[in-house]
Amino acid sequence: MTVRLYLWQRLTAALMAPMVLAHLAIIFYASRQGLTAAAMLARTRGSFGWALFYGVFVVAASIHASIGLNNVLCEWSPLKERGSGVLASAFGALLFLLGLRAVMAVVS
Amino acid sequence: MGSAPDELEVSLWRGGEAGRYEAYRVPLKENQTVLDLVTWIQRYLDPTLSYRFACRVGMCGSCAMTVDGRPRWTCRTLVAKILKGRRLEIGPLQNLPVIKDLAADMRPFFEKWQRAKGVFAPSQTRREAPAKIPPQSALRIAADAAIECINCGICYAACDSVRWNRDYLGPAALNRAWTLLNDARDKGNAERLRAVSGKDGCHNCHSHQSCERHCPKALNPTASIAGLKRKTLEAYLTGRIAG
Repeated sequence: MTVRLYLWQRLTAALMAPMVLAHLAIIFYASRQGLTAAAMLARTRGSFGWALFYGVFVVAASIHASIGLNNVLCEWSPLKERGSGVLASAFGALLFLLGLRAVMAVVS
Repeated sequence: MGSAPDELEVSLWRGGEAGRYEAYRVPLKENQTVLDLVTWIQRYLDPTLSYRFACRVGMCGSCAMTVDGRPRWTCRTLVAKILKGRRLEIGPLQNLPVIKDLAADMRPFFEKWQRAKGVFAPSQTRREAPAKIPPQSALRIAADAAIECINCGICYAACDSVRWNRDYLGPAALNRAWTLLNDARDKGNAERLRAVSGKDGCHNCHSHQSCERHCPKALNPTASIAGLKRKTLEAYLTGRIAG
């Protein structure tokens, strides 16, 4: 791993740590309040704040996970550097698309 | 193979990479070291046995071997302290090619010292006055914590990151780079930071701390590597090294 990838992985981890806690707090709040799906969607639809929060979360998770997967593939699989890089990048792109789709579903 | 009460069964690695363990019976004595066992076998049972040692007092770092699965300096390891039952298995250091029997090929280990720029780069000539390094200076304290390495290769043999990435510079070379990075007399740090921040450099360390766990000199190469991670990150963010 290079210093550039190291920096990106740590940055995204630092960004996600409080976001995961906030996400858990939101789940806890929604379940304790007995919010229905309709009630949740009423809060999230058209909300720039929720789109930004979960959009940033998805981007950070995609970068963080793909760097981590690249390390695992480099160390534990017979793939060469280039092959593991391509596979990990594809995985990151997939996470980004699926995550973005999920965010769009609740904010639009 | 069974062994009498005053005997020990010692299995030694024989041959090269494609070798096998062979068992020998060795008399047990008081205050016997693992190196004593190996020497006894070579003197009395098989003079063709190859192994490496020099000082026998824990200074030279040449007698490291794998003893019952873990790397140890054999000249300072008492048999009585590690023996479980009546059998001991001794092999060459792991993560290094085997030359023959218990002698590992240390070339990859020392080549990585060179690659990590683990060589002092003097900033003055012998005609100038000796540099004054205050013992209480932060740089000297950081260097002191890592400087007693005897190059035995035990940390390298214990490192999971080396096992998974044979090009990784490893704990000893990076620990050495850290001591030089904190040496006020050295002028090679720009090149050294570049050398330790490449794709096989310090950022491959997973901080498992096997190096610290097994180091016979009680050094903590993981802490040195963490220092290198900080310094290379600073250098990257200030544009002194490329990513």
